[in-house]
Amino acid sequence: MPPTVVVVGASLGGLRAAEQLRAQGFGGRLLVVGAEPWMPYNRPPLSKEALGRGAGDGTAADLAAALAFRPRAAAHDVGWVLGRTAVGADLAARTVTLDDGTVLGYDALVVATGLRPRRLPVERPAGGRFTLRTADDAAALRREVRPGARAVVVGGGFVGCETAGTLAALGCRVTVVEPLPVPMLRGVGPELGTALLTHHREAGLRLETGIGVSDLVGRDDRVTGVRLDDGSVLPADLVVESVGSYPNVEWLAGNGLDLSDGLLCDNDLRVEGRRDVVAVGDVARFPNPRFDEVPRRVEHWCVPGDTARRAAATVVAHLAGAATSPEPFAPLPAFWSDQLGLRLQSFGAPRLADGADVVEGDLTDLRAGVAVVHRRAGRVVGTVLVNVPAARHAGYRSLVADAAHPVGHRV
Amino acid sequence: MKVVVDMTLCQDHGQCAIAAPEVFRMDEDSKLVFDAEPDGSLSDAVQDAIDVCPVQAIFLER
Repeated sequence: MPPTVVVVGASLGGLRAAEQLRAQGFGGRLLVVGAEPWMPYNRPPLSKEALGRGAGDGTAADLAAALAFRPRAAAHDVGWVLGRTAVGADLAARTVTLDDGTVLGYDALVVATGLRPRRLPVERPAGGRFTLRTADDAAALRREVRPGARAVVVGGGFVGCETAGTLAALGCRVTVVEPLPVPMLRGVGPELGTALLTHHREAGLRLETGIGVSDLVGRDDRVTGVRLDDGSVLPADLVVESVGSYPNVEWLAGNGLDLSDGLLCDNDLRVEGRRDVVAVGDVARFPNPRFDEVPRRVEHWCVPGDTARRAAATVVAHLAGAATSPEPFAPLPAFWSDQLGLRLQSFGAPRLADGADVVEGDLTDLRAGVAVVHRRAGRVVGTVLVNVPAARHAGYRSLVADAAHPVGHRV
Repeated sequence: MKVVVDMTLCQDHGQCAIAAPEVFRMDEDSKLVFDAEPDGSLSDAVQDAIDVCPVQAIFLER
């Protein structure tokens, strides 16, 4: 019997894991299980052009089809088990149980179940409330967007700010509520966060910062307003909840794993030392020796691709009874964000920084181009570029890559 | 190997130029220029560029 690899999760991480397993020579049976009924599709456009795309009905099926990835030819013989959710796993018996009762046996398991949005801890009103993670979410929000609608986006992170900018461009009257003093604080640092707050306000967005949401008010189970911590109420026709996310790991309960923050992995993406279970994407909490030895989850678009390559190598080595590569896995994180006429591009891990310097441009004129370099204990750990021409991104990336050497790196 | 970029999708992110600088480059105006028929020895780099394109605008024609 040829060996079987089961990949749970059919978004970017699951797709890249399957492709990498084939690319690295795995010739056995390969099954990819996905909770959504669609083939893997690209999620970042869901907070941007997918909300406003004029033509088509904009159903979830339309959006998922329009944003679908083109799997590599080498992955043509992957078995896609779509519209099925993994509800349990027995890592000792090497089985995964699906919501229709199917039990899949495996020789190696790849966990790529990703995240789901956190919701405000308020059950009612239920109507008029949205999140943005899936094609279904985007299709539902799109149906409610109309010029003049009063929209409140709760959470001023990257997705919240992108969504707010898109809704404003579609004619909504948008307010962002963020409990921290500036938007995207952890991702860009206080200096740039303050500049982005000013920019976004000047661009016509209303941002209420340094204040939280205490409750939602409504009528007939439909939201009509958002009550803030000071008792004031923002009238709202629709509310977008962009308040973080939870890793989808509950289905792995009962196996003695630490599920407190995704799956705890080693530098080869093995889950707690198990040779036959790896994690991929933003569910994986792994150490990156480029920065230090602390395992962290990273919710960037590049992470599924980077972790899939290494995790596939780990699986292929295990099935062959071989050792994994001695080369440390030290990916250089990167993310981008388009919002209100600005393009942000980051390399490295600005959130680890204890200080930052503006090395190009002026924080009072972000549109003209600004580069901020973030450091920790004097060493460069990341950069955020705003409207810096792409031709110069590689140079800034090298600045981070060369400075943030892996622990034990020899020059 | 023939590389095609759908320029109606391309948003000049420049990630391809980082993944495969032998094939893709951002010019002085930060617009994409690329070698449409790169040497076959660059196929891994081109595949990496295809993977990292945020808008999935790069195609391979064989």
